[in-house]
Amino acid sequence: MRLRIDADKKLGSFSLEAHADVSGERIGIFGSSGSGKSTVVNLVAGLLKPDKGEIFLDDESLFSSSKKIDLSPEKRRIAIVFQHSMLFPHLSVKANLLYGYKRCAIENRHIKPESLIDLLKLKPLLNRGVKHLSGGEKQRVALGRAVLANPRLLLMDEPLSALDDRLRFQIIPYLKSVSEEFRIPYLFISHSLTEMQLMTEQVLVVSAGRITETTTPERLARNRMAESPKGYLNLLRLANPVLQNGLYLYRWGTNSLCISDGKPDEESLFELSSREIILFKNHPEAISARNLLECRVTEMFNSDGRVGIVLSANGEKLVAEIVRAAADELDITPGSTLFAAIKASSFSRLL
Amino acid sequence: MQLTPEDITAIVLSLKVALSATVLSLPFGFAVAWLLVFKTLRGKVVLEVLVNLPLTLPPVVIGYFLLLLLGNKGWAGKLLRETGFEVIFTWKAAVIASAVVGFPLLVRSIRLGMESIDRQLVEASRSLGASWYDSLFTIILPLSLRGIFAGASLMFARSLGEFGATIIVAGNIPGRTQTIPLAIYDYASSPSGSAMALSLCLVSVIISVAVLLLHEMLGKQLQRSTDQ
Repeated sequence: MRLRIDADKKLGSFSLEAHADVSGERIGIFGSSGSGKSTVVNLVAGLLKPDKGEIFLDDESLFSSSKKIDLSPEKRRIAIVFQHSMLFPHLSVKANLLYGYKRCAIENRHIKPESLIDLLKLKPLLNRGVKHLSGGEKQRVALGRAVLANPRLLLMDEPLSALDDRLRFQIIPYLKSVSEEFRIPYLFISHSLTEMQLMTEQVLVVSAGRITETTTPERLARNRMAESPKGYLNLLRLANPVLQNGLYLYRWGTNSLCISDGKPDEESLFELSSREIILFKNHPEAISARNLLECRVTEMFNSDGRVGIVLSANGEKLVAEIVRAAADELDITPGSTLFAAIKASSFSRLL
Repeated sequence: MQLTPEDITAIVLSLKVALSATVLSLPFGFAVAWLLVFKTLRGKVVLEVLVNLPLTLPPVVIGYFLLLLLGNKGWAGKLLRETGFEVIFTWKAAVIASAVVGFPLLVRSIRLGMESIDRQLVEASRSLGASWYDSLFTIILPLSLRGIFAGASLMFARSLGEFGATIIVAGNIPGRTQTIPLAIYDYASSPSGSAMALSLCLVSVIISVAVLLLHEMLGKQLQRSTDQ
């Protein structure tokens, strides 16, 4: 999918100038609230008309002020998953799911309701009204409804912001599996770096009504390390722990990690802040932290006075963050060996 | 309670006029409310003032304007007469008078209902492939039903009581254009009519209470069905 935007829009005192040309299947739009992310979504979906400019999806013109083209929203085949599910309150779950499907031309109906209902585990909910669904269920139905419209592009406008943390990370696998299984490219809008890292491969950064850069989630996370409250977030997928002395022992590549907040059996997703990692030049004699990994420095980067140290622990990547003075004192250079100490309680389980 | 055959005719006529005025106004009321709530129009203020004008104008003034418009010399009257349609001093004039006077109440209620609909629901339906009229009938209409119903019952009740505009455009012809309020007016102005006037007043009260009860009951039912 290729999306080209070159559009201006003035809304009261706010003005948006969106200029971008991105290709890819999983594109993020990142920015703080009020930066203009949702305006970009509305322009692409056709819910707002640019004052002037052009918007192309692949080779088709969705809007062009010079050629007087303005495709109506229903003809764009761009479905939206909203922050607050926006399910139709007078319709059942089933009728909500089929709303877009019924309006989709028969030749475009590639995704069948049965397979999607199975994938999203919606069967038991089908005949219910939508008012008494839980937040996570509502968002799954909203996702199903959007996907069943068989869109060319899915716009996910902060679809996780209204959910609590646990639920948020329960929905992410659904969002990913649906778009991968049915090959629907998406624009994922969010102000969360973690979500960007989990959901996207390219990111447009929106700030004060401008698209300021096109980057990767990794570069974005590195750039924002110093200003982000939790620093750089290392995300680790770990499974099948062994319970030992009240701690969960996980395999991480050829390393092992001791984690307090583990969960038996299933795969879990852990978040580890770059600030929770303490680096030693030499092997410390005795230490209270339950994890001590011997690592090689593969890369270093600067972020606003802080230094990010990219470590490789037997091939597994980890990013630690230290201040410039510490980096000088330890005389860290790419290739040097360090010991990384991490407390078992520093890992927080997202899922 | 005693009712003469003329009184019965007046009651039937009142119900017929009120029902016709309400049914006739519903599509227009819905359309105007939709324009006011969902569309950005130039001259919206003018439309708003026009719609609400009958609420503040004395009904007699409205009746007089209608008489000028629909009468022998009015352009609408001429047009109607050419198509063989006689309106002035018939029950149809009473319907028009009631429709004009009750219209703002209808629009206000529907509008309140529509304003409570989240815009994103309409946007969701559009992005799912619904054209504007598809969205209008499958999302906006069902979600405004309570407002529509509240507006219709208010308008029906208001039409039952319409007096000022009706007496000017439809006259007060017993058996033809005499509705309950006009009949009461006749009885009240004759020295021996107070018992008859009271009977008709009682009928008015009964109908009004019935309309209000129905309004409450159906309103609750609609609430339940959308709360499912």
